[in-house]
Amino acid sequence: MKQVNLFKAAIFTLFVGLTSCSDDDTPELINEEEVITTLTVTLTPDDGSATVILQSQDLDGTGADITVSGVLLANTNYSGSIVLLNETVSPAEDITLEVIEEAEEHQFFYTVGSGLNITTSYDNFDSNDNPLGTEFTAVTGEASNGTLTFTLRHEPTKPNTGISDAGGETDILASFNVVVQ
Amino acid sequence: MRLYIFCMLFMYSMLCFCQQCNYTLSGTVTDLHDDSILIGATITVLDEEKSTLADFDGKYSISGLCAKTYSIEVLHPSCDVRYFTIKISGNVTANFQLEHHIEQLNEVIINGKAYGDNSKTLSQKTITNSTLETYSNSSLGDALNTLSGISSLNTGNNIVKPIINGLHSSRIVIINNGVRMEDQEWGEEHAPNIDVNAAGGLTIIKGAAAVQYSGDAVGGIIVVEPLKYQVKDSLYGKTLTTISSNGRGTSLTSQLIKTTKSGWYGNVQGLLKHSGDFNAPNYILSNTGVLQQSFSTVIGLNKYKYGIDGYYSYFKNEIGILRASHLGGAEDQVRAINSVVPLIVEDYTYAIDAPKQDIVHHLARIKAFSKIKGLGKLSLQYDFQNNDRLEFDIRRGDDKDDPSLDLELKSHTILLDFDAKISDSLNFKTGVSAKYQNNFADPSTGVRRLIPDYDEYNFGVYAVADYQINDKWLLELGGRFDYSFIDAYKFYYSTFWQSRGYDDLYPDFVVEKYNTQVLTNPKFTYNNLSATFGAAYNFKESYKLLFNYSLASRAPNPSELFSDGLHQSASRIEIGDLQFQSEIGNKFSATLQGNKGDFSFSVNPYINLIKDFIVNEPTSVLTTIRGNFQVWEYRQTNAQLLGADIDASYNFSDNFSFKHQFSIVKGYDVLKDEPLISMPPVNTKNELIYQNIGFNNLKFSIESNYVFRQNEFPDNNFEVYLAETETTEDVDVSTPPDAYHLINIKASMDFNINKISKLSIAIGTTNLFNTSYRNYLNRLRYYADDLGRNTFLNIKINY
Repeated sequence: MKQVNLFKAAIFTLFVGLTSCSDDDTPELINEEEVITTLTVTLTPDDGSATVILQSQDLDGTGADITVSGVLLANTNYSGSIVLLNETVSPAEDITLEVIEEAEEHQFFYTVGSGLNITTSYDNFDSNDNPLGTEFTAVTGEASNGTLTFTLRHEPTKPNTGISDAGGETDILASFNVVVQ
Repeated sequence: MRLYIFCMLFMYSMLCFCQQCNYTLSGTVTDLHDDSILIGATITVLDEEKSTLADFDGKYSISGLCAKTYSIEVLHPSCDVRYFTIKISGNVTANFQLEHHIEQLNEVIINGKAYGDNSKTLSQKTITNSTLETYSNSSLGDALNTLSGISSLNTGNNIVKPIINGLHSSRIVIINNGVRMEDQEWGEEHAPNIDVNAAGGLTIIKGAAAVQYSGDAVGGIIVVEPLKYQVKDSLYGKTLTTISSNGRGTSLTSQLIKTTKSGWYGNVQGLLKHSGDFNAPNYILSNTGVLQQSFSTVIGLNKYKYGIDGYYSYFKNEIGILRASHLGGAEDQVRAINSVVPLIVEDYTYAIDAPKQDIVHHLARIKAFSKIKGLGKLSLQYDFQNNDRLEFDIRRGDDKDDPSLDLELKSHTILLDFDAKISDSLNFKTGVSAKYQNNFADPSTGVRRLIPDYDEYNFGVYAVADYQINDKWLLELGGRFDYSFIDAYKFYYSTFWQSRGYDDLYPDFVVEKYNTQVLTNPKFTYNNLSATFGAAYNFKESYKLLFNYSLASRAPNPSELFSDGLHQSASRIEIGDLQFQSEIGNKFSATLQGNKGDFSFSVNPYINLIKDFIVNEPTSVLTTIRGNFQVWEYRQTNAQLLGADIDASYNFSDNFSFKHQFSIVKGYDVLKDEPLISMPPVNTKNELIYQNIGFNNLKFSIESNYVFRQNEFPDNNFEVYLAETETTEDVDVSTPPDAYHLINIKASMDFNINKISKLSIAIGTTNLFNTSYRNYLNRLRYYADDLGRNTFLNIKINY
């Protein structure tokens, strides 16, 4: 008799277990809030001539589209500003603000390819006076062309002497073919 | 053994008072649980003071009895005494059954034979409870690594996944206390959620031969054996603590067992383990600490004819992952691989930060059995498992402390088994199983789900039989059918859905279209057959030849079906395929075992031919906004694994012995005619042991572990352009590291505190010479050396 009761108990437990688990809701869409889809570098010349926009955009993780709006003028001072957007959400979220908020943990690096006559310098800094680099100055020299690469490192060693000893992890990396004329 | 000899002497010393009565009482004495014969059981006719012992076949015979009713006492050293009343009115046959239990405290019978019948024709390896104790502060994978043919796929030093004859993850099934573990085992960096301290022992079946457990174990099955309980009033336990130098780790585990004469038993066991950053020989491996807490309890009743038991275990593991392995794209990979020391080395700490895993696994089981006279044993089991896996990456802003992955897998399983001993030589077992599983990927992570929400239903039916033809030959046959149905809800990027051609193949799956994503409802059914056939041949008394063929069929796992994006811990983009069919393995295995005097050996060659083997391999490089990432796509091919495991041991004298192990496996992609990735390199272990039982069981051992370089590997390297140096660099993700040789030493002694308590102390060092090495099977080998020297002290008290 006891034996039979044990079996009944086991079967009962089992049915309670099986019927207590139904979840028919369709899952909700995730719009990634943290992802950076778009890097836009705006180069504004101080002589009032045309602004140049460099953009790398990847909306669905299938690869980045690179666009350069025009050529840079020789021997000109450009003030540069970098904006990072998450365009998977509407309206687009400005990730630059987060980067600035965590300035001590971030730094942009500008890598100028050989042959391209551009020099860069940082215009904004973190609370320890180490470079952040969402704002910068680019000075063009004689007519030339080559690649201009922007790298955002997360948790780099600060201060550093450049990208080679900065360490950290690459959050953004975009190369543009730039013409100075 | 001593008891047995004593009993024999006792038998010969007995006097026979012969009377004028001439009836005979005869029969056999067997164990009620498994029908094993009870050699040396004493059968006493109380009124006559006649007594005899059961012989080697468990048979006894008492003659010279009169026609009357006698009280019979049946006694066996390992059993409770039982009394029977027998009426003699002629020659009577009476078969007595005793409840024979393992004397667990003294671990008398913890060896291969104690665990019985997982497969009788396939080489099995076991790890005893006492060996497991030396791995008290390590993982299941580390303990299994001690066996030939078993290696491990590691992610750092805390995530250790067993590899059996070259195969791992979904191709290995783990049975824990009779329950198939459902702990997201498909992931390469998902370690088994099992505390070795809760196990009674481990049995490894190198193939799919045990179809009573599963039909999809293309690689093999690991059986975590429960402890056995005696039917007598007793209260005992043990406490074990380990301190280790590398990682400054401590662990404490304790177990208390109560058994009663009426068959009730209970067991409470727990573990607390904490370790900080580990060390390679030349630097600290930052963020490699681990914090593990586990608890298990059993309560049950074990009667002659029926029994019930409830089991619950809780397992929580927080594992730090080497900080320097968390990278952006290929540009970061080049820097990390080319750097001699890891890119990030910080001061030692116990703190565990991102990247890390935090896993909680609950397992509850209830099992009941009843013996039906003349038929066999019927068992019914229900289990529930809940596996919650959190993975934390290095994130930015508000998401900083949120996991990037949060999967909760719930499984319910019912098993109904029927076990019959049809005759002395024929055993038959059959059963059915049903499983419902639900996976929930929490959207609050804010990261797209690689593994979607899904429901899965499984139904299985099996039958196995073994037939002992004669003293020499045994045949084994088994078959199984599994039906599985998966019903998933998965978001794909619309561009991905189209580029894979899914919009043409599966237009019905689309549920809803969003801006850039599409919600789909893939539903797939898999019908899988598996089978095993084997023979065992005993010859020249101490030699045995085993042959086994097993057919295994495995349905593709969620990762192989649904992956469609960045796998952060591997720094690569992984892409699955909805069109995959089940993978079908055909494994032929032969084993020659034998022992001659002080020498014993086992040679086990095998070949595993796998149709539609699912491999993951690089196909291209994608330029993303974070830099370049290698794209790995799953693909089906035909694979061939060929290998052999060799074990040998020799006792030079009573005190000195030598053990040898050698394993080799070669794996090829037959269609592409190239080696398979992550195949264990050839390795050999040799151990010299001194043991003096008379002197507090003093034991000293020195072990050499030589791992050759893996010379056969697919070339998955790719090139990436570095803007900083304006060079194109080769990203070497293929070349295996050099061979290495590690020496481990260990000494131990036992002390009797009093009649029931025993103290055991062990001290040892692994990687004695602090050798710097990298292991081909460690996924983090690109970024850091493996562990340096570790000295440990292990103290155990049995009470």
